[in-house]
Amino acid sequence: MAQPASVTEAAIDTRGLTKRYRGGQLAVDGLDLAVPRGSVFGFLGPNGSGKTTTIRMLMGLIAPTAGSARVLGEPMPSAVRGVLPRVGALIEGPALYGHLSGRDNLVRYDCADPTADPRTRGARVGQALERVGLAAAAGKKARAYSLGMKQRLGLAAALLQPRELLVLDEPTNGLDPQGMREIRALVRELAAEGTTVFLSSHLLDEIEQVCTHAAVMARGRLITQGTVGDLAEGVRGRLVVGTPDPPEAVRVLKENGIVGLVVDGDLVTGELPAQDPPDLAELNAALVRADVRVRSFGTQRGSLEDAFVALTGEGFDVDG
Amino acid sequence: MSTAEERVAVTAAPVAARPRGLRTLGLFRNELVVTFRRWRTLALFAILAGIPVVVGIAVKIETSDGGTAGGEGGGPAFISQITNNGLFLVFTSLAVTLPFFLPMAIGVVAGDAIAGEANAGTLRYLLVAPAGRSRLLLAKGWAALVFCASGVLVVTVSALATGSAMFPLGDVTLLSGTSISFSEGLLRALAVAAVVTVSLIGVAAIGLFVSTLTNSGIAAMATTVGLLITVQILDTIPQLHAIQPYLFPHYWLSFADLVRDPVYWDQIMRNFGLQGLYLAVFGSAAWARFTTRDITA
Ligand SMILES: Nc1ncnc2c1ncn2[C@@H]1O[C@H](COP(=O)(O)OP(=O)(O)OP(=O)(O)O)[C@@H](O)[C@H]1O
Ligand SMILES: [Mg+2]
Repeated sequence: MAQPASVTEAAIDTRGLTKRYRGGQLAVDGLDLAVPRGSVFGFLGPNGSGKTTTIRMLMGLIAPTAGSARVLGEPMPSAVRGVLPRVGALIEGPALYGHLSGRDNLVRYDCADPTADPRTRGARVGQALERVGLAAAAGKKARAYSLGMKQRLGLAAALLQPRELLVLDEPTNGLDPQGMREIRALVRELAAEGTTVFLSSHLLDEIEQVCTHAAVMARGRLITQGTVGDLAEGVRGRLVVGTPDPPEAVRVLKENGIVGLVVDGDLVTGELPAQDPPDLAELNAALVRADVRVRSFGTQRGSLEDAFVALTGEGFDVDG
Repeated sequence: MSTAEERVAVTAAPVAARPRGLRTLGLFRNELVVTFRRWRTLALFAILAGIPVVVGIAVKIETSDGGTAGGEGGGPAFISQITNNGLFLVFTSLAVTLPFFLPMAIGVVAGDAIAGEANAGTLRYLLVAPAGRSRLLLAKGWAALVFCASGVLVVTVSALATGSAMFPLGDVTLLSGTSISFSEGLLRALAVAAVVTVSLIGVAAIGLFVSTLTNSGIAAMATTVGLLITVQILDTIPQLHAIQPYLFPHYWLSFADLVRDPVYWDQIMRNFGLQGLYLAVFGSAAWARFTTRDITA
């Protein structure tokens, strides 16, 4: 079985990980991913960018075409039996046996794990149900579950044992707002216990709220990875001036080196130049000297969403 | 939501101490529970249980005017004996269900074994649990064999119940003309049930292999049942004489040789050998395929 985890090695570490599906689709292309232990790692990317494919390779469900992946320090997919009991996973939504109750679904998945102790099975199943707020519906047939309830049951299956790593592919998909909050709270709680959480999502708010680190994928390639703070910082803040005299304001701001000016009603926004940006107090004074009436003045911090769009492009269409 | 302390307290028990075999048994037992709780499985059993009843009623109606039932229908010379001895309904029912109903039921269950899980997406969760691909396939294979035995048992018990309710019971006159006691006859009936179960191993192995090829449970079931019918037809075409000894249904009706005195073992042994061969070939093929395949469903 597993050796005690060394703290220094990454929870997930891939080198040149590549997957070309039968039929030729290059879904993941030379991925070098490093997920530090103890982090809550957000895995971002537009539809079809290769997130689920990466997770399938990490879980040993599909074999990489090239490159290698280590999970909890051991090579995948060869160490599947030793590694996966320490990993909980939710991949591409939950999958359940409709003719079994929620509880019996969990019993089934627990029986599949050869390291799971049958003597504690009942208690562990009960706790997992409790943790995701399904205790009351545990006896109901899974086919009668709503989408959110199925999602919760899928999460419960990932929590049947204490895990070192949780891999969650869009965990809040289909949940109501309370459910999303609960899941976020749960992720924080697990992270506080020392579990590394790797979570893919489209919800940038969510990533910004719970993740310490993030990586961005596009068209199968890794665009960037790092701490969430660093990623958001990479996007320069925008200057926002509220004024009833937009044309005048634009002229003055342009003279002071502000670029990319946009007028929207009585809001003028622009980017501060990257090299020696003007002092904001001086800028404000310059506006007032030019008789521009200033209602509001300030900068807007770059959000992860700006970073995401800047990195992956505005386009809505999925890349073939 | 419960606290972390509670959770750890229950889960901290040592888990590595259990012997390997027992842990595989856990998955196998669960596999049985899941299979036998399916509505579909129960429906198949209901059909199998109904056939002896239908045969019994048909014989009763046909002989109610004093005539004897013709021997041309199901199986070698059993049916005409039913009116004398209800135990012969067991032999007749097995002879009637073995060519199609029993293997069809096995084809449905074995064909769905892996493909059905892939179709529902539950396969990926079993594999990340991690069930282990060989271990899962083994559990599925054992469950299919248990289903074979259960199906045969359902037919046997239903036939025995129907036979004893509708017809007299007593000493059994064998196909060879000699007579044995009823209890010995009952033993022979059980032996026949066992041989019929073994006869179904080939279909089960083929079904399991087909099941590893596709992500659609329905497609796997249809392919297996289609294959079954095709092979049955090939087995009746005289020009294919040369290959027929290698077709899995070829020796199926050899179980009748158990109802002779002395028992003719020759064909029965060939049947066992053939079923073993199918199990080895298709079992390995299923294993080779399933352990190397990309699971994307
Ligand atoms: N089984 C498959 N066979 C062939 N191509 C596939 C298969 N699964 C995914 N792909 C392709 O691989 C690419 C990456 O898909 P993937 O499911 O990894 O994306 P994703 O990032 O998870 O997207 P989403 O956000 O929509 O879940 C896509 O172009 C997709 O069409
Ligand atoms: Mg996906």
